[in-house]
Amino acid sequence: MSLLLFTFLVFSGSLAAGLLGALTGLGGGVVLVPLLTIIFHVDLRYAIGASLISAIATSSGSAAAYVREGFSSVRIGMFLEVATTVGAVFGAFLAAHVPLRALAVIFGLVLIYSAWLSWQQSRQPHEEVPIFNPWSDRLRLSGSYPDGAGGEHYYKVDRISAGFATMFGAGTLSGLLGIGSGAVKVLAMDRIMRIPFKVSTTTSNFMIGVTAAASAGIYLHRGYIDPGLAFPVMLGVLAGSLLGARILINARVSLLRTIFTIVILALGVEMIVNGWLNRL
Amino acid sequence: MTQTPKTAHTPSRALDRRIENTMGRLLQVGVLLASAVVLIGGLLFLNAHAGAAKDYRTFTGESASLRHPSELFRLLLTGDATAIVQLGVFLLIATPIARVVFAAIGFAVERDRLYVAISLAVLAVLIFGVLHVA
Repeated sequence: MSLLLFTFLVFSGSLAAGLLGALTGLGGGVVLVPLLTIIFHVDLRYAIGASLISAIATSSGSAAAYVREGFSSVRIGMFLEVATTVGAVFGAFLAAHVPLRALAVIFGLVLIYSAWLSWQQSRQPHEEVPIFNPWSDRLRLSGSYPDGAGGEHYYKVDRISAGFATMFGAGTLSGLLGIGSGAVKVLAMDRIMRIPFKVSTTTSNFMIGVTAAASAGIYLHRGYIDPGLAFPVMLGVLAGSLLGARILINARVSLLRTIFTIVILALGVEMIVNGWLNRL
Repeated sequence: MTQTPKTAHTPSRALDRRIENTMGRLLQVGVLLASAVVLIGGLLFLNAHAGAAKDYRTFTGESASLRHPSELFRLLLTGDATAIVQLGVFLLIATPIARVVFAAIGFAVERDRLYVAISLAVLAVLIFGVLHVA
């Protein structure tokens, strides 16, 4: 395959990955890495490096739009970034010592878990319970967001240490696999810390860029980020995710989410089988 | 201990919103700049190697000269296409780091010592990640 054709195909694939990632809220990386390794036969290490770069681009590129809505919390984000960045550096170090086959299997498991989480989220509405955690105010994590009727909706944060620990895990996965691991971040905030869903998703988007930047430097030093591959992947995913954010406003997401969940599930199984049989 | 009334949140929340807005802009500008540089470098790269086939099936690691800023700078001056893409990647990684620096300044303006310390802790981890030579 000539370089021109290869670049064009990778760009198109990345565009699709970014589009699907934005529409489902799972991020581009979960589709991108399997796409690059299974279809384009790119070495897993190059795929992880390129995916990490695209995660930073997507997170930062869409930040302005999210901020305008007024849901994201700069304090919750910064506080939890202590855990995700330390986790990301740890994950990036770990990646050098974990055999490639095991990495593929772990990736597959994360894919299957993301699919399950995405399927669950569409079925279980989030119920708000009153929280009386004194640390929410002490750490200044309590906040508010516009309730849509001209007022402010105030919220508190619960189970902070469990959320913090889960964020360390999300960071480790991000550093190990080169994904934004937005699904785990939302899980930690929404389910564990009982932060309102919209605050969780928008703050998670902010955090992905900072988390990915923590391990990107280490990957860069190791030579995992190849300019020839990073170029179409980064621009493709960024274009796809910005396009997806536009469509999201009028699209019916539920059917799409179901299709996407099945695709992710299939990719997850494929990654595990490939890793197990050492076919990467 | 006295309970802070809800209205006490409002001034700090307004300032927080301003920090967030500026951060959002900063990130957008950073990504646009990085994308433009990557696009220019990528097109030059394609132009130079259009017919050649590159094999990503086997991992070789990119050349060492691209990984060190001083070497990268030397290559940039010669107009090397991969070095331009790499510069864009560096700019992209710098964008969220700049965001954390800005947040630290914002919290300092608010005289929120706790969050200045938290921001600086995040910044320290980020700098460790970028400067660490494996």
